Amino acid sequence: MEPVIPEKVQAELDRFANQDVFLHLETTNGAYAAHKDQSFFNSGAYIRNALIQYELGKVTGIGPYRIGLKLNIGWVYAEGITHFEVDDQERLLLAGHDYQGKLAVALQISKTPF
Amino acid sequence: MEKERQLLVVFPHPDDEAFGVSGTIATHINNGTPVTYACLTLGEMGRNMGDPPFCNRETLPLIRKQELQDSANIIGIKDLRMLGYRDKTIEFEDEEKLINHMGSLIDELNPSLIISFYPGYAVHPDHDATGRAVVKAVERLPKEKRPKLHLVAFSNNCIDELGEPDIRHDVSAVMDTKIAAIKAHRSQTQLMATEMEEKLKVNDPDMIAWLQNERFWTYSIKN
Repeated sequence: MEPVIPEKVQAELDRFANQDVFLHLETTNGAYAAHKDQSFFNSGAYIRNALIQYELGKVTGIGPYRIGLKLNIGWVYAEGITHFEVDDQERLLLAGHDYQGKLAVALQISKTPF
Repeated sequence: MEKERQLLVVFPHPDDEAFGVSGTIATHINNGTPVTYACLTLGEMGRNMGDPPFCNRETLPLIRKQELQDSANIIGIKDLRMLGYRDKTIEFEDEEKLINHMGSLIDELNPSLIISFYPGYAVHPDHDATGRAVVKAVERLPKEKRPKLHLVAFSNNCIDELGEPDIRHDVSAVMDTKIAAIKAHRSQTQLMATEMEEKLKVNDPDMIAWLQNERFWTYSIKN
């Protein structure tokens, strides 16, 4: 993965608009956060292979970046995005890595299931 | 360490075998005991990607699979089974199916000892669910066929509630193997391995004790 280049990410978001795509969306603190710091409230969520269609996708912010996808009947949102990659299967992989390089958030779009 | 007929190790993630138990496993292998390691997932949802990141959410499983094979080779495990479950989902599987899966491994291998996690005291939901399925599979066996269960616990309340571990193995004789196994899981341990080695260089007593002592609780099944 490489640090987000907003223009490149925007072009990728445009490429997947207005068609059926598969979404992986995830936030995580890791399963050990509350074990290491008992005052920490552990939370996280992920969805893998949600079939969606968005009419408008944008990357915003000055880094870490935010991503918003406007659906016909709703929204997809992620913040803290630092890195991106278009892999060998032409899938758009976006991720946010924290200050130690650990993954904190991921948003991925593909024309075929992950 | 008592000589075993067959050891079965059951953990959900690549690297679970390295931290708390690789010294014990290596010692059993040196004693000539056959060892099977059944690893339920490929740690697909791990957060560590290397720093700077050298993998991503989609390549992580492939990299961790290789790391798992490397670690098993270093420890000397000849029978490594990857069971094909997905990270962070073990507790949501059909429990009966999971127990039967564990039961079929036990039937096939007839282990005299199983090492797994102590359900309820192993922090990660995958650890607890794996340990629970293993314990339930053993409970279903006739008394005389049950292998011993040596379980790993490390939740903050484990000593308060379970008491001190009844088994402590000093694995200093195989320390190099253990450190190499931990380092084989490079994507996950890169950050901590550097710190570990710096502490070892200055003979940090806590780090030495953490690596040298492997502790287990014997799980006793009622009736």
